[in-house]
Amino acid sequence: MPELSELWSPIRLTIELATITTIVLLVVGTPIAWWLARSTSRLTEVIATIVALPLVLPPTVLGFYLLIALGPNGPGGAIAELFGGRSLAFTFEGLVIGSVFYSMPFVVQPIRDAFESIGERPFEVAATLRASPWDTFWSVAVPLARPGFMTGAVLGFAHTVGEFGVILMIGGNIPGETKVLSVTIYDYVETLRWTEAHILAGGMLVFSFFVILSMRLLERRIGRRGK
Amino acid sequence: MQIDAHFAGTLGAFALDVSFSASARGITALFGQSGCGKTTILRCMAGLTRLSGRLTVDGETWQDDAGGIFRKPHRRPVGYVFQEASLFPHLSVRGNLLYGARRAESGNAQGRDLDLDDVVDLLGIAPLMDRSTTALSGGERQRVAIGRALLSRPRLLLMDEPLAALDRFAKDEILPYLEVLQSSLAMPIVYVSHDITEVSRLAEHMIVVDRGRKAAEGTVEQVLERLDLHPATGRFEAGVIVSARVKSHDTTFQLTHADLYGQKIEIPLVDAEPGQEIRLRVRARDVSLATTRPSGISVRNVIAGHVAEINEETNTAYAETLIDIGGARLRARVTRASVSDLGLAPGKAVFALVKSITFDRRAFMGEQR
Repeated sequence: MPELSELWSPIRLTIELATITTIVLLVVGTPIAWWLARSTSRLTEVIATIVALPLVLPPTVLGFYLLIALGPNGPGGAIAELFGGRSLAFTFEGLVIGSVFYSMPFVVQPIRDAFESIGERPFEVAATLRASPWDTFWSVAVPLARPGFMTGAVLGFAHTVGEFGVILMIGGNIPGETKVLSVTIYDYVETLRWTEAHILAGGMLVFSFFVILSMRLLERRIGRRGK
Repeated sequence: MQIDAHFAGTLGAFALDVSFSASARGITALFGQSGCGKTTILRCMAGLTRLSGRLTVDGETWQDDAGGIFRKPHRRPVGYVFQEASLFPHLSVRGNLLYGARRAESGNAQGRDLDLDDVVDLLGIAPLMDRSTTALSGGERQRVAIGRALLSRPRLLLMDEPLAALDRFAKDEILPYLEVLQSSLAMPIVYVSHDITEVSRLAEHMIVVDRGRKAAEGTVEQVLERLDLHPATGRFEAGVIVSARVKSHDTTFQLTHADLYGQKIEIPLVDAEPGQEIRLRVRARDVSLATTRPSGISVRNVIAGHVAEINEETNTAYAETLIDIGGARLRARVTRASVSDLGLAPGKAVFALVKSITFDRRAFMGEQR
């Protein structure tokens, strides 16, 4: 029987990474989604394309550029120096930054869609009822886009959990620091430890199934509650 | 309270250039066929659409392009009722009603503000308060929307065809509430409509908009008398509004006898006290003309008068005539052949045979206050 703590460490690390990444993405992604949904600027589709790039790029390509950016000679290195480090590559913080880029389209797109589906009218109504744009955002846009936020959060979390290629490129394999679930499974398979690989892989399978199932049920319930 | 507006500009291929003034309380109707620009005017007043121009309300400048002034919509104390109720789906009826109330500045130039209880009473929405907005009928939704606008303490109420999206049953449910509004509120209301029946029942003043331009302006009575506004007002419902005084009721035959500038008329029984002034609508197509007082006919209202104006419509069989009945004028739609056979000409004495009269409302604006 494998050592429990050895299995538990990557699980805990993965959940931590996915939770922090999701929170950062909601904070950063919401203004981006809002701007993409509401701006009439011609730049919107350019920015939307940049946000969507991780959907198409091989994770190794994204990971390669992130590695350079996070390394000692990139902006990540400059930030690390402020805190007495040399580089953000191969650190947990680096993983968070990488995951934010990697999972961004999965959070921004549903929120943008939700904002767009609200239409113009509720904002006009709010304005004629004396709500300032900032007030309208919180009192009308966010509550009406709630299904989009839920979908975005669940997808962002799940997608970060399933991240492999980018992490391998920028995080490596430091136990307790950057060795997340997907990398651990890879390791077990490489070293022919099939039992451990089975436990973690099976767990991921069940987890993914329930994430998608609960999201669908949630969407159906919100859909049934009416517009 | 005085509103002066001028808006000019283009939206896509549509060009608008309209200026008008509205004053006092009561309802001013912006009337015209769909696509004529009346909704755009209303949106400009609320600041939701921006065309160049000028708008002053009660001495305050809300827009003046020459002076570089444009007040954002949320800084204008207007209540806006959209064609669709547009209630917030994430809030209950109460939440919707209080949305504007919580954000409005208190203090209103015309005295006491309406509070939640007043509005709930006025619109009869007490039983709906804690329901979800999705559980309401069309008429109920629109009443909540009106209440929500009123509770934002507007100094000016803008209504964009609030009845147009409703079926007839819901319309009949809301109209009485609107009548109460116009008589009990101290604020001016600008009411967009393409329905002449609605306008004549509710409004005091009207502005006719035709293809982005103002075609006519005045009291509803004055505008409806005009024979040259066909394209804008529509032919079928053309008619005039007259006022009469109730004399007595005949319960046997279900009739009300009334006095129309010294002439006796009968209308289907109305709910008004003897001595009260009532407002009646007479459609041009319900009026026939005779040169002698006819007898042995079923039409009961025969009103003596003189031809004031004749407008023959070339390339049609018809002519519109305006009959002066001493104090008011009736419109009559007759054939051009009749005009020729009867020798109708301005000044000629005629009898107007009125087949049907519609009771509009109990009193003229200001009459009961």
